[in-house]
Amino acid sequence: MKKILLLLFFSFLLPKTYAQEYFPNNESVQNKTSNFTAFTNAKIYVTPTQVIEKGTLLIQHGKVIGVGTNISIPKNCTTINLDGKSIYPSFIDIYTSFGIEKPKATTERNPSYDTNRSGFYWNESIRSEVNAYQAFKYDQTKAEELLKAGFGVVGTHVPDGIARGSGTLIALNNFEKKDQLLSDKVTNHFAFTKSVTTNQSYPSSLMGMMALLRQMYYDLDWYKKGNSTTKDLSLEALANNEKLVQIFASEDKLNSLRAAKIAKEFGLNYVLKGNGNEFERIEEIKKTNSKFIIPVNFPEAYDVSDPNQANQMELKDLRFWNQAPTNLKVLADNGIIFALTTDKLKKMEDFRPNLLRAIKYGFDKTKALEALTTIPAALLGKSNVMGTLKTGSLANFVITSGEIFDEKTVLYENWVQGNKFVVNDIATKDIRGNYDLTINAEKYKWKIDGEITAPKSEITTVDAKKIKSKLTMTNNWISTVIKPNDSTKTSFTRLIGYVEDTQNLSGKAILFNGNEVKWSAVKTSPFVKAIDSSKIEKNNMIIPTTFPNVAFGNLKKPTAETILFKNATVWTNEKDGILEETDVLVKNGKIASIGKNISDASATVVEAKGKHLTSGIIDEHSHIAISNGVNEGGHNSSAEVTIQDVVNSEDINIYRDLAGGVTTSQLLHGSANPIGGRSAIVKWKWGAPADEMLYKDQPGFIKFALGENVKQANWGNVNPTRFPQTRMGVEQVFTDYFQRAKEYDLAWKNYNSTGKKGKGKAPRVDLELQTLAEILNKERFISCHSYVQSEILMLMNVAEKFDFRVNTYTHILEGYKVADKMKEHGVGASTFSDWWAYKFEVNDAIPFNGPIMHNAGIVVAYNSDDAEMSRRLNQEAAKAVKYGNVSEEDAWKFVTLNPAKLLHIDDKVGSIKVGKDADIVLWNTNPLSIYSKAEKTLIEGVVYYDAQKDEAQRVAIAKERSELIGQLLQEKNKGMTTQEPKKTEKKEYHCDTLEE
Amino acid sequence: MISKKIYLLILAFSISILTQAQQTPAAKQSKSILILNATAHLGNGEIIENSAIGFVDGKITLVADARVIRLAAGAYDVTIDASGKHVYPGFIAPNSTLGLVEIDAIKSSDDEDEIGAMKPHVRSIVAYTADSKVIETVRPNGILMAQITPRGGVISGSSSIVQLDAWHWKDALIKENDGIHINFPTTFKRGGTRFEPGNIEANKDYSKQILELSSFLSNAKAYLGESSKERNLVLESTKGLYDGSQTLFIHANEEKQIIDAVQFTKESGIKKMVIVGGYEAYKTAELLQKNNIGVLLRRVHEMPENDDHDIDLPYKNAKLLTDKGVLVGLENSGAHERMNTRNLPFLAGTCAAYGLDKEQALQLITSNTAKILGIDAQCGTLEQGKDATLFVSEGDALDMRTNKLTNAFIQGRMISLETHQTKLNDRYKTKYNQK
Repeated sequence: MKKILLLLFFSFLLPKTYAQEYFPNNESVQNKTSNFTAFTNAKIYVTPTQVIEKGTLLIQHGKVIGVGTNISIPKNCTTINLDGKSIYPSFIDIYTSFGIEKPKATTERNPSYDTNRSGFYWNESIRSEVNAYQAFKYDQTKAEELLKAGFGVVGTHVPDGIARGSGTLIALNNFEKKDQLLSDKVTNHFAFTKSVTTNQSYPSSLMGMMALLRQMYYDLDWYKKGNSTTKDLSLEALANNEKLVQIFASEDKLNSLRAAKIAKEFGLNYVLKGNGNEFERIEEIKKTNSKFIIPVNFPEAYDVSDPNQANQMELKDLRFWNQAPTNLKVLADNGIIFALTTDKLKKMEDFRPNLLRAIKYGFDKTKALEALTTIPAALLGKSNVMGTLKTGSLANFVITSGEIFDEKTVLYENWVQGNKFVVNDIATKDIRGNYDLTINAEKYKWKIDGEITAPKSEITTVDAKKIKSKLTMTNNWISTVIKPNDSTKTSFTRLIGYVEDTQNLSGKAILFNGNEVKWSAVKTSPFVKAIDSSKIEKNNMIIPTTFPNVAFGNLKKPTAETILFKNATVWTNEKDGILEETDVLVKNGKIASIGKNISDASATVVEAKGKHLTSGIIDEHSHIAISNGVNEGGHNSSAEVTIQDVVNSEDINIYRDLAGGVTTSQLLHGSANPIGGRSAIVKWKWGAPADEMLYKDQPGFIKFALGENVKQANWGNVNPTRFPQTRMGVEQVFTDYFQRAKEYDLAWKNYNSTGKKGKGKAPRVDLELQTLAEILNKERFISCHSYVQSEILMLMNVAEKFDFRVNTYTHILEGYKVADKMKEHGVGASTFSDWWAYKFEVNDAIPFNGPIMHNAGIVVAYNSDDAEMSRRLNQEAAKAVKYGNVSEEDAWKFVTLNPAKLLHIDDKVGSIKVGKDADIVLWNTNPLSIYSKAEKTLIEGVVYYDAQKDEAQRVAIAKERSELIGQLLQEKNKGMTTQEPKKTEKKEYHCDTLEE
Repeated sequence: MISKKIYLLILAFSISILTQAQQTPAAKQSKSILILNATAHLGNGEIIENSAIGFVDGKITLVADARVIRLAAGAYDVTIDASGKHVYPGFIAPNSTLGLVEIDAIKSSDDEDEIGAMKPHVRSIVAYTADSKVIETVRPNGILMAQITPRGGVISGSSSIVQLDAWHWKDALIKENDGIHINFPTTFKRGGTRFEPGNIEANKDYSKQILELSSFLSNAKAYLGESSKERNLVLESTKGLYDGSQTLFIHANEEKQIIDAVQFTKESGIKKMVIVGGYEAYKTAELLQKNNIGVLLRRVHEMPENDDHDIDLPYKNAKLLTDKGVLVGLENSGAHERMNTRNLPFLAGTCAAYGLDKEQALQLITSNTAKILGIDAQCGTLEQGKDATLFVSEGDALDMRTNKLTNAFIQGRMISLETHQTKLNDRYKTKYNQK
């Protein structure tokens, strides 16, 4: 007992012993020692893989002085015997916002376009000048939570903005303020989130954020070379912090791929902070070669006890609940290096149970320990001072009752820089067992079970009658109240006693009448934990991950087949027209032959008599499968952004498009500004990652827009202040930008031809002007949103002035009024079949528009601009027959060959021709008919949609739903905390959708 | 081919078109008309291959097989030979806002949603613009009648049924104040704020909101039950619900909502109800069938609600309900709904592609809708004694390939198939022919 008291005394004094010498001391007199502390007979995990049995850990001045089995203990040393206990390096979480106050959000609702700051970067979400160490205030309460969870060191930063500035490294030293700051700047932070402090409009989309980051890096380079005439503290901070660990909070599997893409472009090395869904795209995650920081915030089970509510849940959410605990295992199995973080946990107490859950689902314990110690230390480049218990490291360690990731293990103490933080009293004796209890010569049976630190009492008489009792134990003092069985009486008996020997307990009993007598208890048998077999938590059956991991995803990525379609009606879109009873062979992803009586031994034969075979539908104007924003409307020009950055491979609308016979789409930027963003031309390879969906070497396209949307005519009450507000202004925007692009292009051309060799300074890289220069150089095509005749003529006029041609007018609902001028200019048209009356500028829109332009010799396509209509474009084509008497053959080209021509991909797709990509659709009847349905949709010979397989999928989905609901109900029965059913709102983008 | 008389009639129309901004409503039928040899789709599931359809004074007088009957020469003033063509009863667009909004984005042209939550007294018909330019564009696709319905609030107001060739709203009326519309509380709602929208989560106020609604109605019932001294125009406007002259249209899509709505109506003592929307109505089909409750099924051309729903669920929904004996009509509310009304026939076409036979699909926009709206004694089929509201199409009117109208009649009056849009078409054809 005395030893313990002494120890407590010393440990209390310890921190003072190495306070910095030059600090004035007004507390007492100088009290400096160089005492050691030795922890002996412990199982010591020097590193996760280097374990010493019965070893000694020697520390002094907050650092490890020695560790091993042969450590000589100096004389001025306090020794703590840890026989049977284990020592682990304490955990490190490099991704927290510990001690950082949440930045205050702006209350300004009106948009602002220019910055209000002076001396910083032009965009207020670039806050690289922020330093966490300056904003930091040690949070004692939060620190205790972290200490209890086993953490000794945390990295912290201000989680606000796209560039968030530097992060600092803090020791969770609750005793000595001066030692808390380990390093002022260790990390430099980024994320795809706008600052809450600004009402600046730009960037309003994910693609805008990506473009902004790129421009920021170009500007950094340019600034470093001394080109700027203005002071920019944001860029200076960025330059100063280049050597720090660059952490990118991508917070999503696809965003991780996106951040990694930027890193690759600029030769950076981001450590990516994920969100736990990495397993869904593990192959691609692995290919990034990035290191990760991963949270353990698995979703709570949904309360599905109300079937009506359960019914509303999306399968993918139910499935994610089931699969999320396997994320860490999948990452580890794939050799991905990652640290763990407590970020996004609802409460710190969830950390351990969640981690144990991951371990139950196969996450290796050693890997878990590494992810909490050596890996975060290594990520910070501080392996020599933390993360292990090697000599010279910080004396940051936890003492446990046993194997740290064993459910029964108790965490006793968490030492930080040689300061002890008590989690559970290590000295608590294990009194559990069965005893013969004697109180005042009366005999009882006494069973003590429960936890060591919270034992429970069960007293019975010799004839096995139960007597109510309650046991508490603190500092090895036991106190038991024995209650009378008649609850109306107050005849309590109280036992107290100090535990010295766990075989023989004894003390004083205070009887109900106030008399004091002795009691004693002799252990008759040791404690055996009763295992209630009904309570053993069995692992849930894990639903296999599909590609993508949503309903109708494929268990395996499909592959190209050799297929022979026999006796089909083939709409060739070529000179041959529509061929009856014709065979088409698909081989190696291409259309191999077309004709009668074709045979191929290796082919799967599909009898298609009475059915129709066409090339896949091409949607020139689509906004499906886009992540977080179709418009970058924060500026009147956003040529720097590209939809290629934000293709969302997991969108169910891809599958639905396939079911409607659509194989290719141009994903266009919206129409919020005159100069929009660059397009992505994609093939709907359902299951493939976004990068594989992008056309290889695709022609460059950019969206332009005219009219009501760009002049913010229908933007509602939020006062529109952005230039332009009239069609007159729109012309000026174009003229101005093209003039600047011309000058920009010239400057670079001059530099490239002479400047490089001479002393000429490189012009600033401007991604926006660079893109516009591509248009001037005929390397990029414009697809322009347009409605009324005046603006149609205007843009052609501007283009002609700058010596290029507008490639496509999209929407173009008044094209019929100026078809002759359009033909002259050489522009194509991608329009709606019959839309009108939704705004003032479509008052003269007519369903004869397409046919009139077609008859004028313009290449005409019908597009969707709408997820739902996209899957019925075959029917839209039929409206050209209905309203304009266009021939069926020509009408069909409105949604196949013509959009292929407009997109300059008609050398690969758009018709059934030998050598072209096997992007084809088998229809049950004439594809223009309302009664037609796609039976098979192929892209490059791969069957991505098959009506029969779809039926099987539906059965599987129903089965999976009921399995998951069953698991969730079971979870609730077990008393696990649950959350109410909910789902995220689906976002369907149209041209004028401004929200993210 | 069209007889000379008809040709003259058309010519007369074309002349009037040139002088009018909108189409001029046709004059009362003065001459009897016979449509001969068309395939007649009666709208009740039956077909007559070589039909003779006659109408006099706005009413159908003859529906017969032309090969069987004998007609005295000159029995009808005008004969239209429609060989190879198809004749249909006029299509009906229920739950429509035609004439209440002219241009979506222009607030000043928008009269569909009065402020307030409980507004049964608000009447759509008085804001109905009979000469809307949008209306004339839906007629050439066969839509000849509509139920004009107010929007918004919990009780949106009172709808009326109109024919689509009229000088003004009084002239257009088929049935005034046919029903009152309720937007039933939803079990799920969007959380968060306008600026930071949250998840879609359980509506904790669901039961409370139903209670508010039912206490409003029981209050109304009590008011109507005794001769109160003070008049309450709001409560008084619900009278028709209790005497059976008005239908209660409950807009609801979720299974639970629909079950609660049926119970709610029973308890309120309301005589006749209809479900509008009905996305999950197929799950409650037996209940609806047993209680004789029709469904105006929401826009067929839409996306499934959940990612894991059958990708063709909206397409086959009508089949699922019809198979279980529920009376189904199609409605088309949603994005761009006014101009989109003209695609109503193709919604029915899709239902045929996904399980119904074509004549059943036709019923979804003709006889079924008429029954649901309570106007089936007057319209919805080609039957003797009913309004001669019908049209001739070159081919299958449910398929956009072949939906091409040659003649359309509303109550026997041959209406113009010209529109603001056809005029522009002609104008620019002229332009390009000038060269």
